[in-house]
Amino acid sequence: MSVPTHLHYSSEHEWVDGLSGVAKVGITDFAAEALGDIVFVQLPEEGTTLAAGDTCGEVESTKSVSELYAPAAGTVVAVNEAVVADPGLLNSDPFGAGWLYAVRIAQPPALMTAAAYEGYIGGAPVSEYAL
Amino acid sequence: MHRASPRPVPSRTPLYDVHQALGARFTDFAGWSMPLRYTSETAEHHAVRASAGLFDLSHMGQISVTGPEAGRALDYALVGSFASLAVGSARYTMLCHGNGGVLDDLVVYRLEPRLFLVVANAANAAVVLSELRDRFDGFGAYADLADDRALIAVQGPAADRILACPQASALRYYQAAAVRWADRPVVIARTGYTGEDGFELFCRGEDAAELWSALIRAGEPHGLRPAGLACRDTLRLEAGMPLHGNELHVGVSPYEANLGRVVDLANKGDFVGRRALAALAAEPPQSTLVGLTSAGRRAARAGHPILDPADGHTIGRITSGAPSPTLGHPIALGYVLSAYAETGRGVAVSIRGTDEPFVVTAPRFYRRKDIR
Repeated sequence: MSVPTHLHYSSEHEWVDGLSGVAKVGITDFAAEALGDIVFVQLPEEGTTLAAGDTCGEVESTKSVSELYAPAAGTVVAVNEAVVADPGLLNSDPFGAGWLYAVRIAQPPALMTAAAYEGYIGGAPVSEYAL
Repeated sequence: MHRASPRPVPSRTPLYDVHQALGARFTDFAGWSMPLRYTSETAEHHAVRASAGLFDLSHMGQISVTGPEAGRALDYALVGSFASLAVGSARYTMLCHGNGGVLDDLVVYRLEPRLFLVVANAANAAVVLSELRDRFDGFGAYADLADDRALIAVQGPAADRILACPQASALRYYQAAAVRWADRPVVIARTGYTGEDGFELFCRGEDAAELWSALIRAGEPHGLRPAGLACRDTLRLEAGMPLHGNELHVGVSPYEANLGRVVDLANKGDFVGRRALAALAAEPPQSTLVGLTSAGRRAARAGHPILDPADGHTIGRITSGAPSPTLGHPIALGYVLSAYAETGRGVAVSIRGTDEPFVVTAPRFYRRKDIR
């Protein structure tokens, strides 16, 4: 299970690649693996203003569905149309081509480091059916 | 009455080590640690539709029923007829409560004149055994749980070619025979839970790993791949087959579940639940199990309310749902008030706060083309 060290992580298994400016948001390998083959992604629209913790979309596999929670407050400035067209990117490359949307961060979020997130998922495995 | 002791550690089938060596992702299912998937559940699903999948179903309860009155005892205990069942044939049936509610759905195989094999859902094996023993009181019949057995299924259009066994090929759907395969004694049955042609191999636990390897070797040229419970669920859903715990439970009757055909009121005498079932058969059920499809993307899931789109009133509830890998759109099963059960009717499903349009269909979404 890979956990890239340059990213920041939420307890809802999302990652952000920066704490200020414009940052990309995605879900972790751990989350994608728990969901199984992802077949549908619903993302926030460009221009949407999000508060940290807001429900802003959903990720659905054949077996399960998970809501997306905004890991950082800010305005959505881009969405990844490629992952909407091919949700399998979330399974094959969750930290790269499978990014979900980019947000202009309004307030620096309080997130976990890679090491802290690794400890978090090591200690608390998520269930298949209730991610 | 005593309470069942908690079982903190899930049971393992005789194939657990095999699954682990294959890199399976496990899930706790009905007290068993079972392979959920090996690689991709979608690929496993498509393999079963296109060639074949290999499943470990050793968690299923295998109950032997023996004795000179085994057939008559089963006639009394279950809703179908078994005294008249031919040796080598199988029947889909149910164990019902005295009130007509479904305690479990079962497949019963007659292996010898005085020997039946009752296959129960894993979660219900103990209940089925205990109910059968109670209901057999006064009959020359005895029920026993065979806990040293395994069950391996080969499901898919290539299954017949993979087994390459004349006695298996000669079986029709819902027939079974005791044969030797890969030099091991097995009962091969032409039954399954995927909507495809296929076989189930009942064997000794000690033979399971060898049989699994032999099947993998025989199946490799045909595209066989190990398949987990995740794809088993989407395969059975596409085929419109009910799952106990979702579509079937003690709160529904066979008639509500569209399974009234398995209740044999005409050809046998008294049986547990007869009175209640006869009364239920006499009038249309209040709720009916239907299929639901959507042209959208969001899948209805178990528990979601089904609404009348005109006034928003709740008219039913989803029992199973998923994006169909074969059909490419969401499918679901659910109970609706019978007035809403006609095919083509538009309804809404409330999916996490948003109403999505669905259309009522027959509960079978997928039918294989080469049906016998």
